[in-house]
Order: sequence, then structure tokens, then C-alpha cells
Amino acid sequence: MSINGKAYIAGAFEHPTRKATGKTIPQLHAEMAAGALADAGLTSRDIDGFFCASDAPGMGGLNMAEYLGLRPRYVDNTDTGGSSYILAVGHAAQAIAAGKCSVALITLAGMPRTGPGPAGEGAFFNDPIVPEVPYELPFRHTIANLYGMCAMRHMYEFGTTSEQLAWVKVAASHHAQHNPHAMLRDVVTVEDVLNSPMVADPLHRLDCCVISDGGGALIVVSPEVARTLNRPLIKVRGAGEAIKHLNGGRSDLTFSGGVWSGPAAFSEAGVKPSDIKYASIYDSFTITVLMTLEDLGFCEKGQGGRFVADGNLISGIGKLPFNTDGGGLCSNHPANRGGMTKVIEAVRQLRGEAHPKVQVANCDLALAHGTGGYLGSRHGSATLILERV
Amino acid sequence: MTLNKSDTAPDRDSAPQWRSTNGKLLIQKCEECGDAFYYPRVVCPFCLSSNVQWVECSGNGRIYSYSVTRRGDPYAIAFVTLDEGPKMMTNIVDCPVDKIAIDQQVSVVFRDLEGVPTPMFRPSAAL
Repeated sequence: MSINGKAYIAGAFEHPTRKATGKTIPQLHAEMAAGALADAGLTSRDIDGFFCASDAPGMGGLNMAEYLGLRPRYVDNTDTGGSSYILAVGHAAQAIAAGKCSVALITLAGMPRTGPGPAGEGAFFNDPIVPEVPYELPFRHTIANLYGMCAMRHMYEFGTTSEQLAWVKVAASHHAQHNPHAMLRDVVTVEDVLNSPMVADPLHRLDCCVISDGGGALIVVSPEVARTLNRPLIKVRGAGEAIKHLNGGRSDLTFSGGVWSGPAAFSEAGVKPSDIKYASIYDSFTITVLMTLEDLGFCEKGQGGRFVADGNLISGIGKLPFNTDGGGLCSNHPANRGGMTKVIEAVRQLRGEAHPKVQVANCDLALAHGTGGYLGSRHGSATLILERV
Repeated sequence: MTLNKSDTAPDRDSAPQWRSTNGKLLIQKCEECGDAFYYPRVVCPFCLSSNVQWVECSGNGRIYSYSVTRRGDPYAIAFVTLDEGPKMMTNIVDCPVDKIAIDQQVSVVFRDLEGVPTPMFRPSAAL
């Protein structure tokens, strides 16, 4: 069974906060839900499917369902890290297609910047019940050095340069200048990136995303419900998901799970990369974007550096406008999970509700892709293709 | 050489043991499909057989990739491709961090971390 055309995104809300001092995470989940429901023109009584990931307070979705007063007949708390929310749209579409729910709420909220929980590090890094931890923790892996090793190998195999990586950040900053909620609104140059302090070779500070509080929510509905709402129709065309890991030591750091999730999504949608007008690409680090673009087929493997250079990702200038909200690199990486905002900006573009300075003309087909977990060890990839009809 | 599990082996996943009584680096090999793998576990990740054995390695390999973390005292994390095939996460030591390069030949050296002899690697040739 295909999900192509079986579900629509009717509500999308990104919380404007980046520093939620004085709030709680459950409160933020509620603010996300209310925002997305208002956007869709629905109420909490309409929700019969509930999706969040395992970072939500409590056991899966149980406690947040109670806090929000939901009585879902379908629940899914699949956690693939920051890509969970892109994957959840596909899962919601499956549930809707199967008749298991008709109005699905997906929420994300977190406070890594000011609240409880680690800033930038996952608990999986040091939990001894996780099987690889004793074999990795002694070597002081961090999120940054795991991505650094991917970038280093990519440079070695394909000649990718720090200047090319920097262009990803430059493009994000060009977009972020128009986003009043973005954490970093100054336009930066390639030189600015190269002159920022080295964090984990070859990644500089400006190759890394921000750490922010906040989150967002989405409402995914059946075609019947979508037609009753006074919102643009954003159709789910295709979805793909994959897990990539170190494979018993037969590992290859030059590609991501996007090589599997991407073709699955394109096949289901019946479109190809050159059809995509706008792409939200997970940007935990600049290398994440560069490798993902190759893996999704926007360019050949190894050509990502050339593809991103010279402003090719800047809206109005380049061939593939990406992350027109400023992305995780400049605007927001709420809860250290960037997948939610990737879907939200894709929806804005398809509705024509992006900032006029970055709105892509005739944007009728968009892609959102997430890389959750760690590019250099294990991660969950999710690709979503959306169409405005 | 193949060792009996009882000679060296941890009996649970979460007890790392990298060094044989001969002072060699240990990894595992599946007796069903014949493949060596890393990290160690009670089943083969290629066929799920529980017929896995510990094997001693040469302790030699090449740097597959690395990254120098610059916060505080710089240190190098790496994946090393062992001569026996699998890649393992480790640190590169006994070498200025700016002399490290992909494809460099490296050899194991055990460092004591909280009582556990932990395999790290240093360049095989003088730099």
C-alpha cells in the first residue's frame, strides 16, 4: 500500500522561543499542540492520533497524552533522534491510510539550552546498558568529533574542502537574516567560517548548529478532513526511512542512511530529485547537508562540495534553495532535534508563507530530510516528499 | 590463533576486554560465517550465530578517519581499520595531533583507563 495522496499536513507551528526560561517541557508540548491546532483550524477534541518521540517526559506518549487531555486511538513514539518528526509524518500517513486515525498530532519540545537535560549530548553516550558504550566511551567521542570524522574522510576520498563546507553555513545565514526568530541573523562569509575556532577537525564552530530551546508541532489529516479546512492542501507524496550503523566494523563514513530512505521516498512519490523546488536538509553540521545532498541524488557521490559552493543553496540565487528559515545552523535546533523545523519550513514554502525574501517561486514540490543520532556511528534517516495541490 | 571463550572472555556484552593473556588485541570472529567483527558481542552481527570466538589480532592497522577535539587538551579520536578487517573506534596517541593522517599505519598500545587495559594506536613508523 502506498501513502501517496492518503494524508495531508493541515497544521504546522514552530514556537518562536529559542530560550524558554521559566517554562517547563510539558508546558511547551501544550503550546506546540495549541499552535498547530490553531493553524489547522481544529481543536484538541479532533485529535485521534498522537505522535511524539521518547524524549517527551514520561513513558512514550502516555504522560503527554494525559497532560494534553488526548484520547488517541493510535499512538506511535518511534525514536530515531532528530529525524523522528519527519519519520512520524510518514507513520501518521500510514495510520490514516489504514483508517486507524484521521487527525494526527506530532509534537516536539525541549530545553537543552536553559532547562533540564544535557546540552548537546545524548544520554545514550554513557549508559552502560547500551551495548557499544563500553567500546566507545573510553575514546571520548562527542557529537562534533563523530561528524568531524565523516568530514575528514569525505575530504580524503573526494577532495572536499573546508571552503565548500563553509558555503552551507553562508547560505543558511543569508536566509536567517530575514527570520526575526533566528538565533544567528548576521550574514557570514566563507572566511568568517574558516576563521571561527576549530571545534573538532575539520569542523569549525560555525560548521556546527545552534543549541536552542523550543520545538514545534504538526497536524496530519485524512483527505476528507483536509477538504473541510480553510488551509492550502499539502499532500504527503512519499516517505522513506532507514537506520545506518557501524555494521560490525564494516563501516563506511562517506554516506548516510539517506541512500536508502531517499530512493524509497522518491519512488513512492513518483518524482525525482530534479523535480524538487525546495529542500529542508538536516543541518546539525555543514557536512550533514553536503553528504545528504549526494545521498538523496541531488548530485553525484563526491560532488557535494562543488554542488553547495558559490551560493547554490541560497534562495533566489542557487539551483536548490535549502533551509530558508536559517535551519539549525542559524535559526533553531530545538531539543537538539532538528527534524520538526525541517517539515515546518517545507510546509511554509509550499503554502507560500515563507518570508518573501526567501520564498521560492511556484513552490509546489518540496522535500524534508532528517539525520537523527550520529552521522559517524549510528543514525536514523527519514525522507519526506510533500506537494501543494 | 583462536582462543576458547573461557580463556579470555567476558560473559556479558558490557564488560569490555580487549587484551589476551598474551598481550594481544582481541576481537571476535564468527565460526559460522567466518567473518571477524567489532565491537564484541555474544552473537555475530552478520548471521546472528552465537558461535563466536575470540581471536588475537596483529595489532596493526591503518587510520580510516580521525578528528582532533580542540576543547581543552587536544586529543584525536579515530576509526582504525585493523589488518584483520573490522574498523574500531580508538584514540591515536604518542604523536603530535597535527602529524596524524588518514591511511597512516598504526600499531596498538594498551593504556590503563580505570584499571582496564584499553587499546589505542600510535604511528608504526617514526614521524
